[in-house]
Amino acid sequence: MSETPQNQSGPDQPAVEQSPENVPAETGEVTAVGARTGMFGATGTGDTSGYGGLVAPIVYPAPAQRPFGGWYDEVADALEGTVGNVVIHRGEITFHVRREDLVSVAQHLRDAPQLRFELCTGVSGVHYPDDRGNEMHAVYHLLSMTHNRRIRLEVSVADADAHIPSLVAIYPTNDWHERETYDMFGIIFDGHPALTRILMPDDWPGHPQRKDYPLGGIPVEYKGGSIPPPDERRSYS
Amino acid sequence: MTHDMYAGTSETTEGKVFTVTGQDWDSIVEGLAEDVDERIVVNMGPQHPSTHGVLRLILELDGETVTEARCGIGYLHTGIEKNMEYRSWVQGTTFVTRMDYLSPFFNEATYCLGVERLLDIEDQVPEKANVMRVLLMELNRISSHLVCIATGGMEIGALTVMTIGFRERELVLDLFELITGLRMNHAFIRPGGVAQDLPPGALDEIRAFVALMKKRLPEYAALCNANPIFRARLDGVGHLDLEGVMALGITGPVLRSTGYPWDLRKTQPYCGYEDYDFDVQTWDTCDAYGRFRIRLAEMWESLKLVEQAAERLAGLEGAPVMVADKKIAWPSQLAIGSDGMGNSLDHIRHIMGESMEGLIHHFKLVTEGFRVPPGQAYVPIESPRGELGAHVVSDGGTRPFRTHFRDPSFTNLQATSVMSEGGMIADVIVAIASIDPVMGGVDR
Repeated sequence: MSETPQNQSGPDQPAVEQSPENVPAETGEVTAVGARTGMFGATGTGDTSGYGGLVAPIVYPAPAQRPFGGWYDEVADALEGTVGNVVIHRGEITFHVRREDLVSVAQHLRDAPQLRFELCTGVSGVHYPDDRGNEMHAVYHLLSMTHNRRIRLEVSVADADAHIPSLVAIYPTNDWHERETYDMFGIIFDGHPALTRILMPDDWPGHPQRKDYPLGGIPVEYKGGSIPPPDERRSYS
Repeated sequence: MTHDMYAGTSETTEGKVFTVTGQDWDSIVEGLAEDVDERIVVNMGPQHPSTHGVLRLILELDGETVTEARCGIGYLHTGIEKNMEYRSWVQGTTFVTRMDYLSPFFNEATYCLGVERLLDIEDQVPEKANVMRVLLMELNRISSHLVCIATGGMEIGALTVMTIGFRERELVLDLFELITGLRMNHAFIRPGGVAQDLPPGALDEIRAFVALMKKRLPEYAALCNANPIFRARLDGVGHLDLEGVMALGITGPVLRSTGYPWDLRKTQPYCGYEDYDFDVQTWDTCDAYGRFRIRLAEMWESLKLVEQAAERLAGLEGAPVMVADKKIAWPSQLAIGSDGMGNSLDHIRHIMGESMEGLIHHFKLVTEGFRVPPGQAYVPIESPRGELGAHVVSDGGTRPFRTHFRDPSFTNLQATSVMSEGGMIADVIVAIASIDPVMGGVDR
């Protein structure tokens, strides 16, 4: 019999102080964005499997804690105070930036000699309808050719106030990319020289890549039936 | 002026509008006789044969000098990114292959690399799959550059360049057909590997192709490199220096024509490119001629890569081409039957006659698909036109939550105005051909 049982924990066993490497890594606050229900994701018909009551929250990767390791800390130090959460997932680093800070952060990232993110590969919009208050996300991938590094900036704004400052003055390449994101998501890039539609016709109503954009069904010539729109079909997603 | 129902004139608040359909320039000249010093706005495309697909150019002219050039795009927008959100992750490859239709394997590869990163199976992709990806991508780079040079030649009247370009491209498409079953729209690179093993005899065909191309490629150099007419059209046209290229985010041969050796295959290798021997080609003239020479030289480099890949494949006979994880790997192999290509009879016999579990597994994976953990990934690759990347976002479901393609044609086309303003109208065509935009990729 060992005098110190393995499973004992509490103030008598200062295991954490003795072996700090065994402390589980602190992760930032994790919030669920939406949830999946049922075992098979099928909706519309009754789930007879008995697993219909399952609820699995959708959780995106949690913010990372310092030290991030490698050059990640260098970049994070240079951006200290202007970025919010930092997420490192699958070796890619994402800096969440408030929209007020976006322009100054981008300017700094481009011009500071230790950063030199010369190339912006455009902006990609993502619509998270379940992320209440932060539905519209704009994601920028930046590349530093000098240091051979890649980072990602993410700006989240509410759908009701979908305004993000334009980066065209800093990265002129974003001209068409911002127009596309406006066209597809309705995010308004304040300060863009000519924010018009680019892929859809000028008089098109709505912004097609939004999750709440109505999709059309297809009428079929058989007893007045129709194929329902893809988001209303029975599916596993 | 005679009345022509297809090419008439009309008055608008913006001025007189002429519709030109060819061979009726006299009517324009006549109509403009009274106010010749007015600027002319010419709408070129989207059906003009020299604009590389359905690109619309709005050119403001002062005589033959372009004072303003703008692009109208979106004529080929098919909503691929939106459509993918209602298909499984594997079905996504069927969509992305149709974006930039001259470089389908690159679209598939960047998408699959993104999905694999999210699945965290990047290390498990078998070596043979990576070598086959490199082989197909480099063959594809040759066929894409050939089309660029061929159509670029056609647009300046060098029709021989066009005919020989398409002659060689046909050989590459034959190889694609042999390996994937299709000349385009392959959907051959899948998350986790590639769809099928090499068919018997493919390596011999590839070696024969490489040997033939080594004879044929010098023809392009002999025909064009020092041809005074060709050079007169290309030298100094579409000038864009490194500062301009960086500001506009342009990559690929246009970036390398400024002398900057940036090639993702070297700088951020993927699919095992770090193990191959090849050089990054640059030129220092910042013009259309430099871009032509880079493309020509890159075809030689691609041939080197194809040779090396074929050599490796010879030693990998029978090796797996898909991850071992049965939860991700597509369950069936295809085979040629008497009625065309379909699921192999061995597989059908197995799931229909031998294994109920096999049938359930096949059914679940094919209809429902696999789940990808929540998160986002961006794994760019060096396409023939520059940095091609897919921003892949998953919410943990069986379908992409959002996929956005950063297509190099879309970004590079923004250089149209800086490359052509202040130049002659005839040089607009050359400048755009040197960017090599593919409208399927621009509009998606």
